[in-house]
Amino acid sequence: MKKKAITTLLSLAFILLALVGCSGAEESNSASDGEKTIEFMHLWPEGSSAKHNKIVSDIVADFESQNEGITVDVEVLSNEQYKDKIKVLATSDELPDVGLTWAAGYLKPYVEAGQFAPLDDLLEGELADSFVSGTTEPYAIDGSTYGLPLELNVANIFYNKAIFEEYGLEAPETYEDLKNVITTLKENEVAPIALGNKDSWTGSMWYMYFADRIGGSEALTKAISGDGSFEDPALVKAAEKVQELADMGAFIRGTNGISDQEAKSMFMNEQAAMYLIATWDLPNYTTNEQVPQEFRDSVGYFKFPTVNGNGDKDSFVGGPGVGMFVAENSDVKAEAKEFVSFFIKEWGEKSVKEAGVIPATKVDAESMELPQMYVNVLNDLNNASNLTLFADVQMNPDAAQVHLDQIQALFGGEVTPEQFAEAHEEALSKQE
Amino acid sequence: MNKVMSNKWMIAIYILPALLLVGILIFIPLILTAYYGLMDWNGIGAMEFIGLENYINAIQDKNFWDSALHSFLLAIFSTLSLAIYLAVSMILASKIKGADFLRKIYLIPMLLSSVAIAQLWIKVFNPTNGILNRILLFFGVEKPPIWLANPDIVLYAIFIPILWQYAGFYILIYYAALKNIPNSLIEAAKIDGASPIQIAYKIKLPLIMGVVKVTIVLAIVGSLKYFDLIYVMTGGGPNGASEVMASYMYKLAFSTNDFGYGSAIGFLLLIITLIVTVIIRRLTANDEEVQY
Repeated sequence: MKKKAITTLLSLAFILLALVGCSGAEESNSASDGEKTIEFMHLWPEGSSAKHNKIVSDIVADFESQNEGITVDVEVLSNEQYKDKIKVLATSDELPDVGLTWAAGYLKPYVEAGQFAPLDDLLEGELADSFVSGTTEPYAIDGSTYGLPLELNVANIFYNKAIFEEYGLEAPETYEDLKNVITTLKENEVAPIALGNKDSWTGSMWYMYFADRIGGSEALTKAISGDGSFEDPALVKAAEKVQELADMGAFIRGTNGISDQEAKSMFMNEQAAMYLIATWDLPNYTTNEQVPQEFRDSVGYFKFPTVNGNGDKDSFVGGPGVGMFVAENSDVKAEAKEFVSFFIKEWGEKSVKEAGVIPATKVDAESMELPQMYVNVLNDLNNASNLTLFADVQMNPDAAQVHLDQIQALFGGEVTPEQFAEAHEEALSKQE
Repeated sequence: MNKVMSNKWMIAIYILPALLLVGILIFIPLILTAYYGLMDWNGIGAMEFIGLENYINAIQDKNFWDSALHSFLLAIFSTLSLAIYLAVSMILASKIKGADFLRKIYLIPMLLSSVAIAQLWIKVFNPTNGILNRILLFFGVEKPPIWLANPDIVLYAIFIPILWQYAGFYILIYYAALKNIPNSLIEAAKIDGASPIQIAYKIKLPLIMGVVKVTIVLAIVGSLKYFDLIYVMTGGGPNGASEVMASYMYKLAFSTNDFGYGSAIGFLLLIITLIVTVIIRRLTANDEEVQY
């Protein structure tokens, strides 16, 4: 009888244990004594983006000291993990009060689901006139802006001046020049262009530039929006040019299997002469102390060349980088907006000076001591005739995936330029 | 105690905690996945019920069948390589010099995380700086393959680290099983004049057949749901050439925001794996268990 009692007790204990394990974890969020907490998630871990991370911490500390009773709870994840987590959080309606987002196609599903708060009041009020023109538009959907950009990126071809000098080469002005440079480099067994096309948006930038130079600034954007077509001869021609370069061995061997990171390290170890990348890489060639001074001094950049006399060299491929959003159903929306506005104001100058980021807000370059390459890039931006947003960002995620896969196929020679165009048309026709 | 065990209520109470856990952690997510598969859902916004459309699309989706084929190829290669693992563990289990050391060496890949293994092999496969192509160049191969970029090769190139990764696991299992065989049986065979090959084939193998069957199921099921190394090394590329079912599911759900479709693929993956498991169990179940 006693035994039975014990076993009954034991089993009850088990059940209790199981039930306890399933409940709980609800109470932690009840702020009581007027204290408010803004949850903020960003994607610059201390390990891989030390300078960004420090700027964020500084701004957060400043904000907290100026706003009694508000604490900012920061969570940091690296890029890919961030993307995954934010999506899971959105699914369960638990977005952080403030977080980072990308523009256009990425932003759209969140906005349509009513997860992001419109930030027009900030844009028209406190932050009026502080953004470089063209940077907030990709964050707008149906006339409202749902994110405020922090960075502006334009792609240029960086090149190793030391290698160019060694073989008597000059920065190419035209596509013919570029091909000559490539031929000379190949003859001397130097890999001409570092490209990590495993990440495929890298290859997409080459295609986009050709499309821009051959078809003009509107052709690609129109094809994506459905007003034009990827079967436009200029866009097919752009795909041909990509294959022409790939066939002549312009890109490092096995580019489709190499990540952007690996390609970058080849360029930075002087194993390749050129590298097309956006300005987020500028610090590596100017201020980054971990990169040998000698190498930094030997890097220059040139604008993407004209093709057969066509194209405007002041037309760039690029776009705003990440932007900040405020969650629509945040408990502390007003404070969160205040934080965003504070953050963006502080970010502009700090980010150029300390992290070498080209910010999406206007900064007074003259008043700061900046490396020459920054000044040049900022000047380029002032004189830019057009900025074409990265293709995979313009498209909705379904079509973007097709685009990225097709870019790999194009570089690998698995599709003809015509098939490449056709696949895009098919994917875009499914887009509503 | 017997009295307690014959009480139906007591049995129910004993089972309940485990049943609850299994239900919450396994069956509810499973049912939810099947349910999401019926929706048009981007994972964020409102769901729209579309019936079996996702499942029908998946069955007509060439990319899905390509990735399924790749998964099956991996399953076949994993199963075939079991023979090599078995041979290795037979050698290790016999008294050879340094067997202990070798056994530890084979276990090393098991100690590394998949991501570390992937990074390691990315370096090995690098077309210009990788150790593999350096060796090939040294031996006079003019144009060594671009392992991870050539769509005809990439899948098989990726199988190598996967098989390498699991070698230690299977060798350990076989080794333990072989060590369990009573020495007297082998001694008796030796006295009767059996050669080492005959001993391996006629005595050792039948005696550990139960274990071999388990490893076959493990290898096949593991291959069908394989994901991590491929995701890190190629992300399924170039252009889907190394996509497997699980990575395709991930890509649909997380990269293209097609959560409903991704869930449908996930559920199909489960069904396919279940069917294959049942078939293998049927095929291998006819022998009776050996008794020592």
